[in-house]
Amino acid sequence: MASIGTGYDLSATTFSPDGRVFQVEYAQKAADNSGLTLGVCCKDGVVLAVEKILLSKMLLKESGRRVHLIDQHAILAVAGMGPDGRQLATRARQECEQYRNIFRAPMPGHLLAERIAGYVHVHSLYWHVRPFGCTVMIGALEEKQGPALYMIDPSGTFYRYYGCAAGKGKQGAKTGLEKLDFRQLSCDDALLELAKLINEAHDESKDKPYEMEMIWIKSDTGKASLVPPNLIETVRQRAEQIAREEEMAD
Amino acid sequence: MQLRIPSAAVKAQYVDPTQVVVDPVRHTTSPLVTGGSVVGIRCCDGVVIAADTLASYGSMARFQNLSRLVKVTDNCLLGGGGEISDFQEIQRLLENLITKDFCFNDEHTQSPRSVHQYLGRVLYAQRSRLNPLWNSLLVGGYTAGQSFLGMVDLYGTTFESEVLATGFGVLLGLPLLRKAYRPDLTVQEGIKVVEDVYRVLFYRDARSINRIQVATATEAGVTISEPYSLETKWDFKGFVNPRSPYDESTW
Repeated sequence: MASIGTGYDLSATTFSPDGRVFQVEYAQKAADNSGLTLGVCCKDGVVLAVEKILLSKMLLKESGRRVHLIDQHAILAVAGMGPDGRQLATRARQECEQYRNIFRAPMPGHLLAERIAGYVHVHSLYWHVRPFGCTVMIGALEEKQGPALYMIDPSGTFYRYYGCAAGKGKQGAKTGLEKLDFRQLSCDDALLELAKLINEAHDESKDKPYEMEMIWIKSDTGKASLVPPNLIETVRQRAEQIAREEEMAD
Repeated sequence: MQLRIPSAAVKAQYVDPTQVVVDPVRHTTSPLVTGGSVVGIRCCDGVVIAADTLASYGSMARFQNLSRLVKVTDNCLLGGGGEISDFQEIQRLLENLITKDFCFNDEHTQSPRSVHQYLGRVLYAQRSRLNPLWNSLLVGGYTAGQSFLGMVDLYGTTFESEVLATGFGVLLGLPLLRKAYRPDLTVQEGIKVVEDVYRVLFYRDARSINRIQVATATEAGVTISEPYSLETKWDFKGFVNPRSPYDESTW
């Protein structure tokens, strides 16, 4: 799985003989090293969830955010290096502010995703900067397209998704996401589904305790917001309860 | 910066720097489309700020349905007179400020006092570069049981008071506001007072119209009324039969 790119992996400006840029691939490994990050595009909005591993008992919860509000209609979640993700969130905020200043309208999601993907990509073209070690998911609500979800990886590739996963345990999460019917799924139901997926991916014995961060935009309010902590706690407890019931049924 | 090169030098390949004429940098030194007075009064349960809906183009009543009152946050409102394009720029700056607060999502919003200070700093900075935002602004708000009313002018002067006005409102409105002010004045009474002020302004300020909006900031939040007209009385003897044009005392 890990191929050694001896000699061809020292800078982002070098291709290997088989056409790979190893620095970008290493950046992708950094992104895969984080807790599970999930995004779902529901019929009435977008929900993003992050499994934030708590590295120490001394940490105050709700600090070191990995979900960010970008504008009133856009949200962003980070998988991978937190500071790199924060920089992308800052850039996304600037893009949205500039768009509003010029056009007096919220920035369309596909345009925002394209700009951020371009920004991520440009950092893989030069020797004196390093690629971003994070995968970001952008959720946006717009008049014409409705709710939209995009995922951008460290190479600058981005696609629009119904549901996407990044970080540790993403393969299992992807299988779980494929079972959902996105045309029928509502944001409130999605909270529970995402909590279940994160709970499944998390191994109590091996991994440290985690905090779940969730952020959403719902079509009825039209405004992005962090999911309130008590609601996250409710869905998390429900998800853990369901997992226990399934275990006992086996 | 305009670089005007004399036509003879254009043909030459080398431009003699002593022959180059450069226009001095000019910023807006006089406003074009202007809003009139803004009037405000601090009440025990909130703040009332009023403005008419006119944007004048010199002596022409150009835009008669323009709102000069703006909701900044749920507990802060802004009224502006002076150059309307500069007022729109100020609105843009404040919207960006509020969006940044929204993205931070830490339950902190700009207090009316902070908005007042921010605008004072922006206007002072602009005037210090001899490129003023040509406005007179009233900032009002209600937070934590306290009313706030402040003013910022194009120089960046700021002050707070119980009664404030801009433009002609200072001359005609402030005496009425000061007379009516009581520490236990309510917002409903305050609205009556500012309506009275605007009646007088409509009679006497040549750059005004009889269509005003009244905004209030109370515990319930910020509301800006729909524009409405005031009842005016035109059958005063002095209006019906104005005295000789040579007699200038019309008061």
